[in-house]
Amino acid sequence: MASNTGLAIEARGLVKKFDGFTAVDGVDLRVPEGAIYGILGPNGAGKTTTLRMLLGIIDPDSGYRCVLGHERPQEMAHAIGYLPEERGLYPAMKTYEAIGFLGALRGLPLAEGQRRGKQLLEENGLGYAIDRQIRQLSKGMAQQVQLLGCLVHHPRLVIFDEPFSGLDALNQGRLENVIRGLAAKGTTVIFSTHVIAHAERMCDEVAIIAGGKVPFAGPVDVARDRIPPQVRLETRAQTGAWRSALPHDARNEGKHWLFSLPESGVEPLLRALIEGEAGILSLSIERAGLHDAFVAIAGEAAARALEAGTAEEQR
Amino acid sequence: MDMTAPTLKGRLPLWAAAFVIARRDFTYILFSRSFFFFLLGPLFPLVVGVLAGSVGHKVENAETRPAIALAMSAPDVDALMAANQALAPQMNGAMPDFMVLKRLKTGEPFNATEALKSAPTEVAAIATGTLAAPILTGPQQRIENWNGPLALVAGHALHPNAAALPRIMLAPTKQATTADRHRGQMITAQAGQTLLFLLTMLLAGMVLSNLVEEKGNKIIEILAAAIPMDAVFLGKLFAMLAVSLVGITCWGLTAVVLNLALGIAMPAMIAPAVGWPLFIIFGVVYFAMGYLLIGSVFLAIGSLATTVRDVQTLNMPATMLQLLVFFIASFAMTQPGSAVEIGAAIFPFSSPFAMLARAATSPVLWTHAAAIAWQAICVALFIRMGAAMFRKRVMKSGPAGGKKVKRRWFGREKTQ
Repeated sequence: MASNTGLAIEARGLVKKFDGFTAVDGVDLRVPEGAIYGILGPNGAGKTTTLRMLLGIIDPDSGYRCVLGHERPQEMAHAIGYLPEERGLYPAMKTYEAIGFLGALRGLPLAEGQRRGKQLLEENGLGYAIDRQIRQLSKGMAQQVQLLGCLVHHPRLVIFDEPFSGLDALNQGRLENVIRGLAAKGTTVIFSTHVIAHAERMCDEVAIIAGGKVPFAGPVDVARDRIPPQVRLETRAQTGAWRSALPHDARNEGKHWLFSLPESGVEPLLRALIEGEAGILSLSIERAGLHDAFVAIAGEAAARALEAGTAEEQR
Repeated sequence: MDMTAPTLKGRLPLWAAAFVIARRDFTYILFSRSFFFFLLGPLFPLVVGVLAGSVGHKVENAETRPAIALAMSAPDVDALMAANQALAPQMNGAMPDFMVLKRLKTGEPFNATEALKSAPTEVAAIATGTLAAPILTGPQQRIENWNGPLALVAGHALHPNAAALPRIMLAPTKQATTADRHRGQMITAQAGQTLLFLLTMLLAGMVLSNLVEEKGNKIIEILAAAIPMDAVFLGKLFAMLAVSLVGITCWGLTAVVLNLALGIAMPAMIAPAVGWPLFIIFGVVYFAMGYLLIGSVFLAIGSLATTVRDVQTLNMPATMLQLLVFFIASFAMTQPGSAVEIGAAIFPFSSPFAMLARAATSPVLWTHAAAIAWQAICVALFIRMGAAMFRKRVMKSGPAGGKKVKRRWFGREKTQ
């Protein structure tokens, strides 16, 4: 069943339980085509289970999913690339054979997959390892080979589960470039991570999963706007009447005062500081980072889930 | 990337996906140590043959203890039976059984050669003539062996203290007797069953070790994401089957080479009831079915194990199960037509063994068509069930549990 929604993935109310434990509890996602989409969440939040449902590896207990216009994701296996969190390749295979095999799983003729494998290895600086067996590679190199393997059939949608884990800084940077390159060609990229910095640098949109639910899904900017901007103030005077003008949440960090931007803006505050002879050395308004937004959103959701669990137990 | 635009469409069909898996497994296993051990497989019959000896002995004793049938005048028959009864306890089982086939009237004609063709299964030779000049009709080797015992019994019947024994006239037949044919067919059946068992045991072990490796490689999720799990199971099973056929070809070629170079001949065997060509075809089909049945179960059970050690631990009970099935089928063979034999033919895991034995001892063919269809249905069912269980039980992450887990969900490790 094809659709023209402009969405690579649409999921509504996905639920998955394992032996009475609700791993995913009503997840909604809308991933635009061609976007870099991050699924963020703490360990155990339900990210992998959500991705597995989107891939058709497991079926949801309830809910709706539509991947590349099909309600049965398996039907689009040829157009999807997947890099699971637990990396695995056959150790006895040569690198280009491994890439060819992964392509063959997605419907690419083996010979064509191996040809493309050699080409990809050359293009990505691994030409010297074409005839090496997987067991002869370092962990990072093996991960790169697997990454190439999940791209060899030119997928329209690529799903990475914790792609940065286990990679050194250099390889993390390379992977970021690969992801950006894919998006530039119109490929939709979804990746899960609990390292927010990657998502903040690359993602157009994110979904925050906590406790099997999605407390937030949308553009990164909107997530950051969930937290009021922070004002950073440095004054010459340490005490004075001006202190009473600071908002209630103001906290002192070394030479600076930090507090949320008041709803009335900075002008009344500035006036009060000047009149109170605070001696303003610097004042800046800092937008909240995705990390702060994530902690706030996931933390709230965690607290709510904890309360819900406690209430259920008491019943 | 300067590459041709992809022209892929849809998911790989089941058999195409299974072929991708089978091709990889086949080439890998063929060049592995497992295959080397598989090639050494024919050495194992020596060991297992000793273990299965008791069953074989039972087969021989229960069904095919050959006898000399008597077709003489009534007084001669009675005298021989009495003499045999008197001598048998002193001969410690060396004396053949005697049975009355016909008490002939004076001058009544009797064709021993014709009678042998329709005689009861235990009749291996027929004694005619008189006590003073008995005629023993039967296969050459058989009557040569029984020449002495019959002379002893006839001499004793003539006179308990006779100084000289009567001379037996031997009348060899060209065809095997019913008893020899039946006995030979039972041996053929047992040999077929043993070969089938050894092959399936070897292969099932290889399937398990292959699965152990798969778990170690952590590649199973990649396979599950790309193709149906049914295809993964099918591919693995058929790869191993193809490997085994290569192995069997190697053994066959070795046998031919030994035969030509050293003059080591294969032991002569009585033709099975359905004839050699059909028996060999049934052997291959039942071997494939037997392996696919046990292999699909091994794969399903093995894939449910969470660790490599679990898979290895499962090897022992699974092998015991195979042994049990083999011995049930061997036992059932000794009681054709009984509830045990019919049950063994219907129970999926023993069915290939029981039906191969039937092919050796009974010429009826429709039962094989029914059995093969039934076994194929069971294979498909087991593969389906195994794949479904795998998706349901294995591809889950996070702990199993209820409220206690919920309470600490935010802080737990590795539960996504």
